Amino acid sequence: MSTFEFDGNEVPFREGQTVAGALIAAGRRTWRTTPRGGRSRGVFCGIGVCFDCLIEADGVSNQRACLLVATESLVVRTQAGVGRP
Amino acid sequence: MRADVVVVGAGPAGLAAAAELAEGGARVVVLDAGQRPGGQFWRHRPEGIEADRDLHHGINEFSTLQRRLRDQEARGALTYLPGHQVWNMTASHDHCVIRALRAGRPADVAALEVRARYVLLATGAYDRQIPFPGWELPGVVTAGGAQALLKQDGIALGPRVVVAGTGPFLLPVAVGLARRGADVVATLEANHPARWLTHPRALAEQPGKLVELMEYAAALARHRIPVRNRTVVVEAHGAGRLEAVSVARLDRHGRVSATRRRIETDVLAVGYGFSTQTELAVSAGCAVTTGSEGTVRVTVGDDQRTTVDRVFAAGEITGVGGARLAQVEGLLAAAAILAALSDQPVPHSAALRRIRRERARLGRFADALHQVYPVPDAWPSLLRADTIVCRCEEVDLAGIQHALTRGARDGRSMKMLSRAGMGLCQGRTCAFATATLTSRSTDERLDLASSVRRSIATPVPLGLVASHPQADGSPTDGTTTFDPPQRTGRDT
Amino acid sequence: MSSVTRVVVVGAGIIGASCAYYAARSGLDVTVIDRGGVAGGTTGAGEGNLLVSDKGPGPELELALRSLDLWVELGAELGTASFELEHKGGLVVASSDAAMTALQEFAATQHDAGVACENVSPRELAELEPWIAEDVAGGVLYPADAQVQPGLAAARLLEAAVALGADLRLGEECVALRTAGGSVQAVITRSGVIETGFVVNAGGPWAGALADLWDLPLPIHPRRGFVLVTEPLPPVIRHKVYSADYVANVTSGSEELETSTVVEGTPSGTVLIGASRERVGFSDEWDPGVVQRLAERAVALFPPLARVGLMRTYHGFRPYCPDHLPVVGLDSRMQGVLHASGHEGAGIVLAPATGELVTQLITDEQPAGYAGALSPDRLTLVAS
Repeated sequence: MSTFEFDGNEVPFREGQTVAGALIAAGRRTWRTTPRGGRSRGVFCGIGVCFDCLIEADGVSNQRACLLVATESLVVRTQAGVGRP
Repeated sequence: MRADVVVVGAGPAGLAAAAELAEGGARVVVLDAGQRPGGQFWRHRPEGIEADRDLHHGINEFSTLQRRLRDQEARGALTYLPGHQVWNMTASHDHCVIRALRAGRPADVAALEVRARYVLLATGAYDRQIPFPGWELPGVVTAGGAQALLKQDGIALGPRVVVAGTGPFLLPVAVGLARRGADVVATLEANHPARWLTHPRALAEQPGKLVELMEYAAALARHRIPVRNRTVVVEAHGAGRLEAVSVARLDRHGRVSATRRRIETDVLAVGYGFSTQTELAVSAGCAVTTGSEGTVRVTVGDDQRTTVDRVFAAGEITGVGGARLAQVEGLLAAAAILAALSDQPVPHSAALRRIRRERARLGRFADALHQVYPVPDAWPSLLRADTIVCRCEEVDLAGIQHALTRGARDGRSMKMLSRAGMGLCQGRTCAFATATLTSRSTDERLDLASSVRRSIATPVPLGLVASHPQADGSPTDGTTTFDPPQRTGRDT
Repeated sequence: MSSVTRVVVVGAGIIGASCAYYAARSGLDVTVIDRGGVAGGTTGAGEGNLLVSDKGPGPELELALRSLDLWVELGAELGTASFELEHKGGLVVASSDAAMTALQEFAATQHDAGVACENVSPRELAELEPWIAEDVAGGVLYPADAQVQPGLAAARLLEAAVALGADLRLGEECVALRTAGGSVQAVITRSGVIETGFVVNAGGPWAGALADLWDLPLPIHPRRGFVLVTEPLPPVIRHKVYSADYVANVTSGSEELETSTVVEGTPSGTVLIGASRERVGFSDEWDPGVVQRLAERAVALFPPLARVGLMRTYHGFRPYCPDHLPVVGLDSRMQGVLHASGHEGAGIVLAPATGELVTQLITDEQPAGYAGALSPDRLTLVAS
């Protein structure tokens, strides 16, 4: 079973699955807090238009989890606010 | 990279056009943001669309298109580039430049520039949203988002789901979720299908649609999904995540009843029609209008050509009308582009005349559909001062109203003074709502056109903008000349 | 006939807003008209620069120094958060030893003229701006440089002017002036007539066209500039940072595209990147070459920007006067007409002092010392 790392945990994924899909399948609904209100967000539009599902991938913030295809060495983290520099 | 034609979007319109164009002798490049062809309508899992026959329509049609494209790829006439997002396009008198991003994990992102003699934009649409209290709670998703997860990942959100909004699109969403094990506790339609009775011609011209509607009704009944018409979600409740929704009926005049019913649920899948992805057309200088249904439409002539000579448009961006209309427009655009490439007029064929008539019928049906399922007029009355309107920048109704008091009177000034639309989605989610609130307050016309002026259609790493290839194409490109097949005189 | 002096301000951008505010505060009866909305032109397309760092000794620097003091007062009176006033300071960076020498010489003249500035070494630069390129030769820090959100600033000034009794009429276009015996009688708009003894041309890059309409030609032309906006980031760029060639750019009159690097963060986390100057009339055509060049230079100055996403671009038109000075003052060809335009890329910083000067001239107070140099009557102004 292929896995990628999310906040230090291993998340399984199927070939071709998006990070959002894999996280939801693993029971996670949110992986981000908004900058001003600290509100939790996950998938909203699911197709890359709304930019709600932002996640940090390989150290880079503002990646859309619903578009990013999961791969073995991917390191994914919760994005807090605008993320890390 | 060079091509005769670049097709942006591999949904029904793009696929239909690309197959015709390549078979017709053009050198075609297809750029699509998705990982697999099909757009939203034929979105499917990596295992293939056949794995989910009960979630799709027109699978055979899709498979045929897919096979035709692969044949043209093998022939070297077509380059299909999935996972590519076009971030900008410019058009000059003799060619177009398409700037795209190969998406992926950060280290894999790369830039690509394609020069083409013609471009066909078939960039489609996405769920239109209106804000309501609690809509930003985790667990609230768009109807299209619920369906995308279902069709692409095999994930049925739930366990309990309420499907709400307006439009027949809600039906396949509800049925699909139920077929994959979700507990669809209710489907809420803001309008009433009886409104179709005021459009008898449109329905009569599309008997298949009526059959489809009845099939969905039967499926909903089989899964014991209650359908409530003239009902809207007025609020989403929950501590940190969705737990329940409050719903209310709309009277015949569209006013929201004071009576609330509470429905416990884990997920709310909501959609009020569609918004179109027209920014590339606007970037290239094409004229657009705001339709009475509240979406932006690219202005096209009978041949699907926009007001910019080198740019054609097909599918939802010329007017939301569904997958079959999109395909038909794709075929007509392809015919016109092939004619332009060989400097000939579009042939007078019986086949094309039939297709044009079909386009007209489907267009009438689409117009009627928009009138049967409008966004409920009273939606602003649901908002409270602290209801989020712009999700990205977290601007609430109070922020919108403050901007109005300081002189915001159009899209540009509203954005500048409230920040609504300044976030990463650049107004895609909130433009309809903020434009409506602005227009109602100032008594000016609904101005959606300014919200689709986006010179950057998707964020591009600055390093790639800095080093974006401005070269004239690689020497190992395929043929750059147009090579029409022999005309046999038969109808094509 | 009312005994209160009436003023009509044409233009609801930062200059018009400032003129309206100071005039209303001074007890004048003010009407602001604009054929569009608030900050619909240059102001809405600017970065909100409040700079003294890019100005050499002369009347414009004096205007800027006075104006910066007024911005601080406005922040206290109107609320700094209401227009995102940030006293972040400016850093001018030299990429070569030769540029550093020239920069230091320039800074010395500014220092003598009253501008607070200090040299910084490459090591100090790196401490001030961790993302700065490694190969910089040094720079100069200007603590007085600041930033605002220009559209919000114009809106806030107009709001304050209205609270002081001014009348704001948006969507109202001036079509003519009514004059008699060499003085203004009224401003004629598409919907009516506003009787007035004074009218202020705050039309920004359209000030030349407006002046033509009034038969009082004025050589104000548009100079286009693009701004790049990144995705929101944590605060990684702390000052207004720009390359030393920005100064040369501003003062040139070249027809060609000129770009120089200006980079700054904003309260929302986006980073703004400028600056380009082109004389292409009022062309709205997006220019990939300009955008690429701006991105290139920003990444050269701040290499980590390479992986930061460009989210949007916008452009605007600066009002440009061939002798590189704003045009602020009474028009001796027609009594009651004032011009307040030609601020090029410095309109935001210069707005308060412009508004103050305009008010002084209308109320016949002793105007500030730089008034003569900025007057429309100055000899260097040849209609072009």
